[in-house]
Amino acid sequence: MMDAIAPGSDARPDLAALAADASGERAVGRPTVYVYEAPVRICHWVNAFSILVLMVTGYLIGAPLPTVAGEASDNFVMGYIRFAHFAAGQVLAVFFLTRILWAFVGNHHSRQIFYIPVHRKQFWKEVLHEIRWYAFLEREPKMYVGHNPLAQTAMFTGFTLFVAFMIVTGFALYSEGAGIDSWQHKLFGWVFAIWPNSQDVHTWHHLGMWALVVFVMVHIYAAIREDIMSRQSIISSMISGERQFRD
Amino acid sequence: MGTATETFYSVIRRQGITRRSFHKFCSLTATSLGLGPLAAGRIANALETKPRVPVIWMHGLECTCCSESFIRSAHPLVKDAVLSMISLDYDDTIMAAAGHQAEAILDETRAKHKGQYILAVEGNPPLNEGGMFCIDGGKPFVEKLKLMAEDAMAIIAWGACASWGCVQAAKPNPTQATPIDKVITNKPIIKVPGCPPIAEVMTGVVTFITTFGKLPELDRQGRPKMFYSQRIHDKCYRRPHFDAGQFVEEWDDEAARKGYCLYKMGCKGPTTYNACSTVRWNGGVSFPIQSGHGCIGCSEDGFWDKGSFYDRLTTIKQFGIEKNADQIGMAAAGAVGAAVAAHAAVTAVKRLASKREDVDHNS
Repeated sequence: MMDAIAPGSDARPDLAALAADASGERAVGRPTVYVYEAPVRICHWVNAFSILVLMVTGYLIGAPLPTVAGEASDNFVMGYIRFAHFAAGQVLAVFFLTRILWAFVGNHHSRQIFYIPVHRKQFWKEVLHEIRWYAFLEREPKMYVGHNPLAQTAMFTGFTLFVAFMIVTGFALYSEGAGIDSWQHKLFGWVFAIWPNSQDVHTWHHLGMWALVVFVMVHIYAAIREDIMSRQSIISSMISGERQFRD
Repeated sequence: MGTATETFYSVIRRQGITRRSFHKFCSLTATSLGLGPLAAGRIANALETKPRVPVIWMHGLECTCCSESFIRSAHPLVKDAVLSMISLDYDDTIMAAAGHQAEAILDETRAKHKGQYILAVEGNPPLNEGGMFCIDGGKPFVEKLKLMAEDAMAIIAWGACASWGCVQAAKPNPTQATPIDKVITNKPIIKVPGCPPIAEVMTGVVTFITTFGKLPELDRQGRPKMFYSQRIHDKCYRRPHFDAGQFVEEWDDEAARKGYCLYKMGCKGPTTYNACSTVRWNGGVSFPIQSGHGCIGCSEDGFWDKGSFYDRLTTIKQFGIEKNADQIGMAAAGAVGAAVAAHAAVTAVKRLASKREDVDHNS
């Protein structure tokens, strides 16, 4: 189950498959593994774009732009911002759901961000190893086909849980405008049983946005850093789907 | 006080209301309740034939603003007629009887109209120190409330106090003032929040109950849907300025004089469920936003504890500091950003150092 590949072990991608060029000289071989299937990658980039739009528009809903001049009938600034927010939110919800469905039909890596194997001692050991690697206490990172255990933990909380929270509270807030007969209220109105005053839901939704900002910062930094420092490709993998091992 | 056999109509006529005015009232009420064209006739019929519903109106920890509002109801009917629609058998604030005479009515109603009377509660009971913070008729109010609730058909929780707790339940709530639905759990309770609720909303609710003999349809939080299903914001006459992005930036600026949206001034219209922007106040004269001040959200749960009335993003106190979501978020993002930058710098230095080491090893 664990994706860790100890250097030199049998599980290591087949080095025998290294290609030779036409002149018979050995080329530098880069073993690759197909990790992220197309739906995973599409969901990743659609979600990334939606989240970006949601953050910018969401911030502007909480702290609107300076007043525009002219007649109210000639302007629709807040209307467009809110429309973009709602549209991006629904796109995110659809692709988040798609991503969950794909976890059932996709490969083993597609399930990784939806759980943390909390009961496995080995998992926490490797989390600790990753923490030590980030604390500059380990010289060599381990190799992983999918997410490393620390990344898996971060993805599960920072992405799956936070985004699920944002979708639920987001639809609950949307239902305020859509009305209490709307399907949004029927499905998500229970949020107001937890926070009867929707001012609280607004505040939590707003804090959730900042939590996601922090997640995105760490996510992008870790991806860039690992791409440079670790022994496998990261960023290009989310485009091509293939993970390349470099040593 | 009225007997159970007297109908509303006979009381109304006795008060000198013409049949013509009576029908006007019925059609106005049907319209304000959003009922169909046939409902006016049904209301008239019900008022002519049904006995008046006995109502016991009690006062716990409150300021009587609900009563003050109620007696100013303009649209369903003038106040005399409204007070005659129900058989208001007990209301210690405005009734003529006093002392033991007044308290005797409670026992009488409980015996005579068991399971048929409406218990209207203004204010709430404080539970701390055995309820000693509100003594009514020589006993803690909570005991009186529980006693009268036992045999009531239903309970109307008037105002933010009875519905949510309001100012006396604001942090730290020293008297442990508790909303009605947390004390009485075995009776249907209709919440009519607001501080106070709109007069026409109050009389509208009473009219519905007396007309149909049941509670109106309630939302998830126990409020009548017909008055509390939409936010102030949804029906606000300044809404076009919100959608256009035209806001009052500070009090008394040009935008304020032009009547732009008060969103940035902390108006709680977007999170407040009430009928102010449609029914308005004092016979439809105005409502807070129309007077140039944002909504303070007085019909919402714990509106005293949600930070300033004048901030869009209200402060959060859970973290032991008084900051709003943006201040907390920016601080967190800034800290993480600094940590990321520092980590990247250390990484770069380490990498350079290890490269040099490798070079040294190889040479």
